[in-house]
Amino acid sequence: MISIQQADFDVAAEYAALRDTDPSAGAIATFSGLVRDSGDLSGVTGLFLEHYPGMTEQVIQGLIDEASSRWDVRRVRVIHRVGALALSDQIVFVGVSSAHRGDAFAACQFIMDALKTSAPFWKKEQTDQGEHWVEQKASDVERTDAWT
Amino acid sequence: MTDSKITVRFFARLREELGTEHLDLNLPEGSTVADVQTELASRGGTWAQLTGSQPVLAAVNQAMAKPATPVRPGDEVAFFPPVTGG
Repeated sequence: MISIQQADFDVAAEYAALRDTDPSAGAIATFSGLVRDSGDLSGVTGLFLEHYPGMTEQVIQGLIDEASSRWDVRRVRVIHRVGALALSDQIVFVGVSSAHRGDAFAACQFIMDALKTSAPFWKKEQTDQGEHWVEQKASDVERTDAWT
Repeated sequence: MTDSKITVRFFARLREELGTEHLDLNLPEGSTVADVQTELASRGGTWAQLTGSQPVLAAVNQAMAKPATPVRPGDEVAFFPPVTGG
């Protein structure tokens, strides 16, 4: 299931939902991404996140489908927040349940790496010196390319 | 030859710098994503960046597209900078 939302999310509740719905799962891997105080510049005070409604969900569904074809994946939950976010706010959650830990780790990391370089979200950082749109990182592209 | 009317959307830095969220455009039949870019860039000013040195990504009907991707009447074409979510 995919949710793009302004509201915060509760990792414990998401974990419980992943755990309760499938007794064949022996492992759950989760990732949470947070707003950090240094991005393209230091002294970040907050973020604004924009997305392309509709396309964003389609791209993420494609990543979940690809993960499900490559690994033994039981349940996947992706949440990504948009709008104004403050330091240490949660931005993104990816949770994957699987029979075994290796597949859960791999699918979770693949979805997160590929989301960063292919899902249409854009971050604008606020600092004391003003605001600017974040540039895509070559290191993020390399991480995604490593999965192909 | 009939014109095909398409909707063009812009996101993030492009949306701000062009001062435009979306516009309608009439293009000759058989046009491609590259034709849309060239047509808009010919407006000059900040529009020139659509064919400039900074990377601009394109989508047609919410799927990633290439310069040669055809554009048909009623299509939704979008231009945006490389993505930075997560």
